[in-house]
Amino acid sequence: MKIPNTCRDVTHLLLAREDRALPVYQRLAIRVHILTCRACQRFERQTLMLRGALRVWREHQDHDDPKPPR
Amino acid sequence: MSTAPQASIDPQGLGRCLAALRPTLLRLAQLQLRNHAWAEDAVSETVLAVLQGAQRFNRTSQLKTWIVGILKHKVLDQLRQHMREPTAPAAADDDENELEHLLFKQDGHFRELPDEWTDPCAELQREQFFSVLEACLEYLPNKQGRVFLMREWLQLDSSAICRELGIAPTNLWVMLHRARLRLRECLQIRWFTPHAR
Repeated sequence: MKIPNTCRDVTHLLLAREDRALPVYQRLAIRVHILTCRACQRFERQTLMLRGALRVWREHQDHDDPKPPR
Repeated sequence: MSTAPQASIDPQGLGRCLAALRPTLLRLAQLQLRNHAWAEDAVSETVLAVLQGAQRFNRTSQLKTWIVGILKHKVLDQLRQHMREPTAPAAADDDENELEHLLFKQDGHFRELPDEWTDPCAELQREQFFSVLEACLEYLPNKQGRVFLMREWLQLDSSAICRELGIAPTNLWVMLHRARLRLRECLQIRWFTPHAR
């Protein structure tokens, strides 16, 4: 299997990671690439921020009391 | 068999709460189902189940949490019922490559350095961010939007989504990947780009 090493490959894995467990070699490929790639470091932070934002959104929709009707 | 009257919730209060929640329930159902009639059905069934099950409501959990939990089940019933119909259109290929072309050069490197995002859920701007987020979710193509919200709102794992919709994992992963890429792009344009707000 092809070793993921371009930004395109790595972002693919960073997004896939949100939906499934990645095999060790793919997780390693992410870390190795990200060590030296500023663009993918940023992309990873965006992905994590989006993960957190979706969680906050979901919790708000599912649990917070609605505003009282006017 | 007899139920202690003080254990169930007051019907008037429940009615008021349901009325107040209805717009939220409908919005969530519509976001997930992308079909107004199905969303209406899911909400009606939820209201019915809430009224019938009021005595089972456990006071230690919040009323909204309980009602939205029921809505999620009813929404999933709708998905099961309609998405498995043989008349449901097959997954259509969209302009996936266009999106990747915007982001990456031929050699697979980023065209531009991605932006440094700041936390969109800071208290003051949260409501505004949520409405942009929901607009971007609505903007996803129907199939992508449905599977994405099954993941992120119904919180089903990949194998459960595949089972419910009768699709192959690779098919699902492609749809989720496209949805995530699109959502990121939409939020970048409509929220994180400084002049967007």
